[in-house]
Parts: sequence; C-alpha cells; structure tokens
Amino acid sequence: MDHLALPTAMIETPTALADWVIVLPLVLALLGAALLLMLRQIRRMPALLAGLVVIAIIACEVALLQRIAVEGPLSMTMGKWLPPFGISFTADIFGAAFALAAAFVTLIVIIYAEGERGADERGDGFHALVLLLLAGVTGAFLTGDLFNLYVWFEVMLIASFGLIVTGGRPLQLDGAVKYGFLNFLATTLFLLSLGLIYGLLGTLNMADIIGKASTANPAALTGIAALLLLAFGMKAAAFPLNARLPASYHTPPTVISALFAGLLTKVGVYALLRAGAALAGEPGYSGTGFAIGRHRDVADCPAGGDCGDQFAPGHRLPGDRGIGAVLAGIALPSEGGVAGAALYVFHAILTMTALYLVAGLIERRTGQRDTVQMGGLYAASTPLSVLFLVLVLATAGVPPFLGFWPKLLLLDAGVQQAMAGDWADGALVVALLANAVLTLIAGSRLWAHVFWRSGVEGAVSEHETVTLRTPGVREQWLGLGASVVLTALIVLAGLWPNLLFEGARAGAADLVDPARYIAAFGLAEATP
Amino acid sequence: MNTVIFRTIAPLIVAIMLMFSVYVCLRGHNEPGGGFIGGLIAASALAIWGMATGVETARKALRVDPLALAGAGVFAAALSGLASVFTGSPFMTSIWLYLDLGETSVPLSTPMIFDIGVYFVVLGTITSIALALQSGEES
Repeated sequence: MDHLALPTAMIETPTALADWVIVLPLVLALLGAALLLMLRQIRRMPALLAGLVVIAIIACEVALLQRIAVEGPLSMTMGKWLPPFGISFTADIFGAAFALAAAFVTLIVIIYAEGERGADERGDGFHALVLLLLAGVTGAFLTGDLFNLYVWFEVMLIASFGLIVTGGRPLQLDGAVKYGFLNFLATTLFLLSLGLIYGLLGTLNMADIIGKASTANPAALTGIAALLLLAFGMKAAAFPLNARLPASYHTPPTVISALFAGLLTKVGVYALLRAGAALAGEPGYSGTGFAIGRHRDVADCPAGGDCGDQFAPGHRLPGDRGIGAVLAGIALPSEGGVAGAALYVFHAILTMTALYLVAGLIERRTGQRDTVQMGGLYAASTPLSVLFLVLVLATAGVPPFLGFWPKLLLLDAGVQQAMAGDWADGALVVALLANAVLTLIAGSRLWAHVFWRSGVEGAVSEHETVTLRTPGVREQWLGLGASVVLTALIVLAGLWPNLLFEGARAGAADLVDPARYIAAFGLAEATP
Repeated sequence: MNTVIFRTIAPLIVAIMLMFSVYVCLRGHNEPGGGFIGGLIAASALAIWGMATGVETARKALRVDPLALAGAGVFAAALSGLASVFTGSPFMTSIWLYLDLGETSVPLSTPMIFDIGVYFVVLGTITSIALALQSGEES
C-alpha cells in the first residue's frame, strides 16, 4: 500500500505483556460480573467470588499505578489500530489512583454488605451489579476516548439502575425513575456534544483532541465545552443540577447509597477534569470553556456544603458531597488548583463511602432513618461515635484528617490567583472556607443529636426514650470491621499525605502540559 | 392468542426462527446480520414459544435461566478479547484461523466468538424481559 502514500494505520510493534495491566482491571470486572450472573443462586459463592475478583483488580491497579509513577502515562490501543481509529485506554496518575480508590471502596462495601444481607436476598444479583458498576467506573477512569467514556457511563447507569431497584419497594422505584430520567437527559446532552466535537475536529480520542483543538474555531469549541460542562455537571450532581440526588440517593439500602456516594458523582467530576484538559486547546489549561464554569462555582461552593440542607432534621443521614470544592479546583487555572481538585476527588471517594457506611450502622442500631428519632448512641457504642466524629471532621477538612490537604491545596492556589488580582478567585477562597465551616457545623450538630442526646428530639430529649437494637455478632464484625478499616485508611492517609501530594502534583503537571499524555498514545510520531 | 392453529404451528415457526438466527449470526461478519440481530430473532422465537405453551413450559424448555445465558455471553465476549494476549498484540485484536475442508475454506476468528457472545447477551436479556412480561400477563 506504500505507493498510495497512506499514513500507517496499524500498530506494528508487539505489545508487552506488562501493558495489559491497563485493561485487566476492566476485563476482570466484566468477567466477574458475567460469572456472578451465572452463579448467583449458589449460597455464599457470589460474595466470595466478588471479593476475590476485586482483590485481583486492586492488585492490577497497584501495579499500574507503580508503573505510571515511574514511566508516566500508559496507553494501550485496542485491536492494533492506531488512534484515532482504535479505541485507546490511557491512564495517568489521576485515572489509575481514582480507579484504585474505587476498587478498594467496592471491596469494603462487599464485605460490609455481607453483615446486612439476609438469606432471602440470595440470588438477587447484587454482587453481579456491584461488579458491573465497578467495571463502568473503572472503564470511565481508564479510557482515553470520549465515545468510550460514554459507553462506560451507560454501563454505570445500567448497573446503578439495577441496584436502586433491588428490593423493589415503591419508594425505590420512585427514586429510580427520577434518577434514570435525569441521567438519560445528561447522557443525551453528552452525546450531542460528542457529535459536535466529532463534526468539528474529526476525532474523539482525547490526545488527538488536544492536538487538534488549538486550530479549531474557538467560539464553536467554547459552545461545545459549555454543553459538556452541563452534561458532566448533571452527572457530577453539581449545583444547580443536583436535583436527582435528594430525589433518589436515599431510596436504596444504605450500603448501595454508600457505593453511589463514593463512585458515581466522582466519575462525572473526573470526566469534567479530563474533557476540560482535552478541549483547552493549547497547553496551559486556560481553557475557554472553564471561564463559564468558573463564575458559577462561587455560588456552588457554599451550596456544596448543602449538608446543611441534607443534614437537616427530617432528612436522612449524611450528604455533603463537596462537588463544589472540586469544581472550584477545576476552575482555578493553575497546577495547584488541579492537584487540589484531584486530591479532593480521591478523598471524597473514600470519605463519602465511609460516612454512608457508618450512617448505615447507625440506622441499623436505632432502627430509624430520621435523625429526629435518634439519640443515646454514645453510651451504646463508643466505636461508632468515634468513627462518625472522625469522618465528620475528615469531611469538613479539619487537620490532620484527609479532607484537610486537598482544601489546603485549593486555598493556596486560590489565594495565589487572588493576589494576582483576580477577584473571582478571592470569592472562591471565601466560598471554600464557608463550605468547610458549614460542613463542620452541620456535622457536629448531627453528632450531638445522634450520639450525645439521650432521647428523641423534643421535650423528652433528656430522657432515654430511644430503643436501640443490639446487632448480631456477624453484622457487628463485618459491618463495623469494614467501616473501621476504611476509616483507618483515611486517618493514615491524612497523617502521611506526602505520597498523595507527590502523586497529585505529578498528575496535575501531566494534565496541564499533556505532552507525556499524548506521547503515551503513540500519536506523537503518527500525526505531524 | 392461544388458538389451536397458533399452538400447532408454533413449534415449526420456533424451530425455523432458531435455525435462521444462527445463520444470521454466523454470516454477520461480512454481510448483513450479526450477533445482535441473530439474538433478537432467537429471543422472538422463545417469546413465541412462551405465548404458545405458557411461560413455565418455556422456562423448562430453556433449562437454564435466561439471565445466566446473558452472563455467559458477556463472559465469552470478554474471553475472545483476551485471546490476543498470546500473539503479543493489544486487547481485542482479532485472530483468524482458516480451516481447509476440501473444497471450501472456513474462516474462524475471535470476532466470531465475540459475536456469538453478543448473540447470547441479547438472547438472554430479551428473553428474560419477554418471559417476565408474559408471566405478568398470565397472573
């Protein structure tokens, strides 16, 4: 074919066996989900198998992360076709670290769920759906292609839809309809912008987009970026697009809510981060699309502390998602901002899941879903009260817990920008601080209500009027044990944050200057 | 719906549709067809069987849970992609084997296994939906 002078379309070099660590997490999750769908009727089998598969996934992702830390971003393009024809899987530090955190959280949730699940729930496909959800999340974190990202969003949507309705109570169906509808809307917007990007640039490969965006019409690109921001904002449940969360997240069993809180919105944020970097045009991350997002985030930040709203009496237990804080980081046009945002996502995956898991333990002890009816738990269970307090402090960002470090990075980046004379970033700093204070107030108030107060709210709150359930041995060990392990990890990561800092800085550097990311695709020599 | 004519002709239709679905699935690589459309035809055949004989009989005739069939399909499809690890190529790279059988040569490949996987995913999912809807109708 040389006489036609066509550019090469196939990858000629052999693929090293070690490169497979980038697809193995996903393939293992898919294989595991498929196997569990076949074996779901067998007793004990699903939990055991799901646990083993997730452990294997974690092992692969640790290897992947190690490799990326040494050699920079890693990429594999499916079917030997060169990008943009072949679908690429590409992981930088952020993608791999988030995927690792997601897999770890899934393992904890699988163990925790064993304490709660009764014999009548056997064969409901819970474990298969959890692995399918993990497959979707892992795929979204590791893919290097925007259309492929859409596919993983769909996989996630299918799995989460199935998980929401597991159990089949009318309330769950009601939540599932709202959740499904708003997600479909977001997906449609996402697809629309994908079509526009392909029309404008002729490619959907992220590295290829970075290369071609600089020569494209900036007005058209800004429009597309705004549309993407809207779509991913809905996926990430950013204010004011978060209507689906209060409508649906409280309907499934807490253990499923915990998984959702840890994984789903974070993928939306990651997509925003990644797509923003791709569309920014020139290296330097001063993407036009983000100017739009930026001024809105000032309003978003205190709203991100809308735990004030979700923590309020009458509502169910926790809910701060801190998405506002992450978006603030994305809006800050500097490496420090990006590093802070990414570290925040990492922290939020772990902490939000832990908070929901502990809330689930509280709900099982008190038999209530409403904090107004709770009280007197401090005397009944000291470990539970300590866990909850630690997690509230970690969420609010009180040092030395994990939540403090990303906020420090964000504030640092914000103050630097504000000193440079950008008033909007000054407002962002104030909003971030307000967010932290609001979260702290709401969280400690909740702790006082659930643990300190002897009885239910009202005139009898001084008297012990709450009847507590004593948990079974199995439930106690698995449920509390899993929560303690996750919380211990959060505390340890908060005490020794150096590794996280290094990772976040290196990842942010790659995102701001995508040369290494593009080189990983093998595109550097393919396209002039 | 459940007339004598329908019940008499149903086995014939179902058998032909199932055969045809396999044919459509296998020829799909280079011609119109493929796993998805083949799976749909097979699922329609099973839905007809459910209408004619009742959901319980159809489930018994299937022997396995349709959702387990779907799981097996995903499993086969993922495995077909993994095969390329032995050729030193990336995930999902196709591997071809041409079987010479005297006069003709039969091309076998990993995309074919993938397509068969898709066939079972569609067959399993649509069948379980169809049978669930029908059992709702009966009760």
